[in-house]
Amino acid sequence: MQKDDYEGKFGSKDQQETLKRITKSDYKYGFTSDIETDTIPKGLSEDVVRMISAKKNEPEFMLEWRLRAYRHWLSMIEPTWPHVSYSAIDFQDIIYYAAPKKKAKLDSLDEVDPKLRATFDKLGISIEEQKRISGVAVDAIMDSASVATTFKKDLSKLGIIFCSFSEAIRNHPELIRKYMGTVVPYTDNFYAALNSAVFSDGSFCYIPKGVRCPMELSTYFRINTANTGQFERTLIVAEEGAYVSYLEGCTAPMRDENQLHAAVVEIVSHKDAEVKYSTVQNWYPGDEKGRGGIYNFVTKRGICHKNAKISWTQVETGSAITWKYPSVILKGDRSIGEFYSVAVTNNYQQADTGTKMIHLGENTHSTIISKGVSAGYSQNSYRGLVKVAKNAKNARNFSQCDSLLIGDQCGAHTFPYIEVNNPTAKVEHEATTSKVGEDQIFYCNQRGISTEDAISLIVNGYCKEVFRELPMEFAVEAQNLLAVSLEGSVG
Amino acid sequence: MKDHNRAKSLYLSRIASEFDRLRDDLKKQRLLNGTRDTAMARFAEIGFPTKRHEKWKHTDIRSLFSCQFETAEAVSLKKEAIDPFLLLGDEENFVVCVNGRFDRKLSRISEEIIACSLAHAAETRADLVDTHLAKHLGFQNSAFVALNTAFATDGIFIYVPDHTIVEKPIHLLHLSDNERATAYPRHLFIMGRNSRIQLIESYHSLRKSPYLNNCASEIILGNNARVEHLKIQSEDEQAFHIAARQVCQSRGSLYSSVAIDLGGSLSRNDLNVLLDAEGIETNLYGFYLARGSQLVDNHTFIDHAKPHCQSAELYKGVLSDHAVGVFSGKVLVRKDAQKTKAFQQNQTLLLSQDAKINSKPHLKIFADDVKCSHGATVGELDEEALFYMRTRGISEENAHAMLRYAFAQDVLAHIGNKTARQRVEEIVMERFKEHVN
Repeated sequence: MQKDDYEGKFGSKDQQETLKRITKSDYKYGFTSDIETDTIPKGLSEDVVRMISAKKNEPEFMLEWRLRAYRHWLSMIEPTWPHVSYSAIDFQDIIYYAAPKKKAKLDSLDEVDPKLRATFDKLGISIEEQKRISGVAVDAIMDSASVATTFKKDLSKLGIIFCSFSEAIRNHPELIRKYMGTVVPYTDNFYAALNSAVFSDGSFCYIPKGVRCPMELSTYFRINTANTGQFERTLIVAEEGAYVSYLEGCTAPMRDENQLHAAVVEIVSHKDAEVKYSTVQNWYPGDEKGRGGIYNFVTKRGICHKNAKISWTQVETGSAITWKYPSVILKGDRSIGEFYSVAVTNNYQQADTGTKMIHLGENTHSTIISKGVSAGYSQNSYRGLVKVAKNAKNARNFSQCDSLLIGDQCGAHTFPYIEVNNPTAKVEHEATTSKVGEDQIFYCNQRGISTEDAISLIVNGYCKEVFRELPMEFAVEAQNLLAVSLEGSVG
Repeated sequence: MKDHNRAKSLYLSRIASEFDRLRDDLKKQRLLNGTRDTAMARFAEIGFPTKRHEKWKHTDIRSLFSCQFETAEAVSLKKEAIDPFLLLGDEENFVVCVNGRFDRKLSRISEEIIACSLAHAAETRADLVDTHLAKHLGFQNSAFVALNTAFATDGIFIYVPDHTIVEKPIHLLHLSDNERATAYPRHLFIMGRNSRIQLIESYHSLRKSPYLNNCASEIILGNNARVEHLKIQSEDEQAFHIAARQVCQSRGSLYSSVAIDLGGSLSRNDLNVLLDAEGIETNLYGFYLARGSQLVDNHTFIDHAKPHCQSAELYKGVLSDHAVGVFSGKVLVRKDAQKTKAFQQNQTLLLSQDAKINSKPHLKIFADDVKCSHGATVGELDEEALFYMRTRGISEENAHAMLRYAFAQDVLAHIGNKTARQRVEEIVMERFKEHVN
């Protein structure tokens, strides 16, 4: 084997070290930092919705929208179709708002609460570091409200707006009014309605016409206050010919009680625009017995106009229950939708995830690559829809969904739905399920690679197609996460 | 909408009054005695499926309600009437069912096997019938199976004793001769150990009219039994064909099914196979051709309950005009079913702007040492292949025909009996020609 080749496959020595370190560690991000938090009482009612809106100094139209969403939510029932099981959620037992106590507006990082800064340091996402080394602007979200936003000035020179959602409501109400709820209306589903009623904060990103965003925009979410559901809302608008790559990554403190997370992400990609949305999700998955862990019920959807492109890349290793289907509506002619996913479940985790590609325009293309890895007692499902509408001439879809099983107690399931209403469409779906081959492990063992390393190696190779799509910094993190998630899965 | 609701409630009350009317007659029969009331009660509980049921999401049965079908009466036919429908001439044994009732006079059966009326078998072979009938095909979750269980008065019973090889194929010929009525054929096929048989099941109509065939069959394979099952559904294009089949396989057995769907305004096939021992092989092939406003719905379920089995599934279809195709294939690999090999594929050709296909191949896997794959493709004829043939001087029409023939061959080639295969090819090619014109 060539040396380069070897390094490529096994990662540099440093990477190997990191991998080992992480593999030996317990859930690293399990701590609660002691920051004074401004919370409201448990429960949900119209008053709570009003209170959230008032706390955030929102204009009247937002409150009305929230209330409409809340009233609609009351008329909906919790969906039960996903292939997951969990005890019923008591929606009156959740605190719907928690924002870190903050001083007046912050202009520089020095004004940020030192304790908060320390938390970020522990997480390894020190704001300075991000700023200095990786050139990534970070909109760090501590629980629900944005605390610090970096690089804003650099971005604003280009006319790019990258700020917290509440700031956007205050400063750019016209854009919010124009786009909010156009891709995911509050009537969309149970959790989208809930989110629309009580969302606390999130990120807003606007790329003006013809601008190529020079850096990767990134948000680190973090759930902090016990019993607080996080209801972020993200809205990305790329005007004609614009380009942006957006990263989202998450860690959460270790908890015994289940935490609900119901986010909504909306993307509008105008003519010739391109949006790349990458996620690394590593929320607390519960302990080895399946106690605790985050419930992650997310609605993510983007709409593509003429020649536009939206690409979703996700690495899902955390959460007790993951339930999300990043989708693309290919409305414009020649638009492109992509979905690359790695979903890893271990112990008692459950994941029901996939995508929807709705082809409406002519000559629209979509690609779906989904890699599921299940270990322990976990259940991992791919559920996807490819729909070709009547007028979507020459629509093209390629889907590949592979599942890898480690251990004999876990399950892997594939539920692809294909609905084609146009004869010129070409839709292909492939799925395979297999286990890590004994012969592959034997080969590695022969060459002095331990079984644990061999599994990590094989799984990483198996997921390579997706990792390749991730931005550089994330790719390394994702590989580490994979190793951590599969820790202890080999008997 | 209101009309549909009214039609539905009218239809439901008609079914209930039909059951009351026939109850005394039905009670006289030994067949299904005791089960009928339970099945009817279950039907009353679950009612007809709507589009909100996952299994009926793409198949709207509301057109059924406007027909207000009654229960079909027995009719006797002349021998000449069946001649056009015989497939193989002298090469086959055949049993004839008219309006769901077995007709001894029209049938021709050799001695080595027992093929008779199910109602008769319920008296004479009570041991076999009681052990198996309605024991495998559950009506708990299916309105149509529940109705069949409540109303069925007859059908075909086939028993192949152990170590018997039936040389000639048995043709189960179903004829409908009624107007606006429902027939409830109920079949039970029991294959002994090391037995071997070829079944050809076909459905035809003598009249052009709407009617409903609600069929239910249970097939039990003993150890190492081999069954080749060809089903040709060629109902009238106004008819409804709703069929459920449950196959239970034992160790080392082989079940190979080819289902050809040509007729019916709405046809629905539920084919469930339980692989409940080791070393089983199951092959399910299907080919559906639909035109006009026909709807063809195939639901298959392969249940790998034990290790070391393999299954292969290939369903292909050609849809034109406003036709709608539905395919849902489920492969379940249970926890202990290690070393399972399962393959599943659905391919559909759409020939017109308004044709539609909803395809849902899915895998549920709870064992780790398995090799499973599935796939689905939808599209039109390959332009490059067409171009290639055109450059070699083949007319467009012929090139189309050849490509479609090749497309169908992947399935038709699996028909074991050569004569039957040729006959089916002819029928399919004939239909292709009609499609083009």
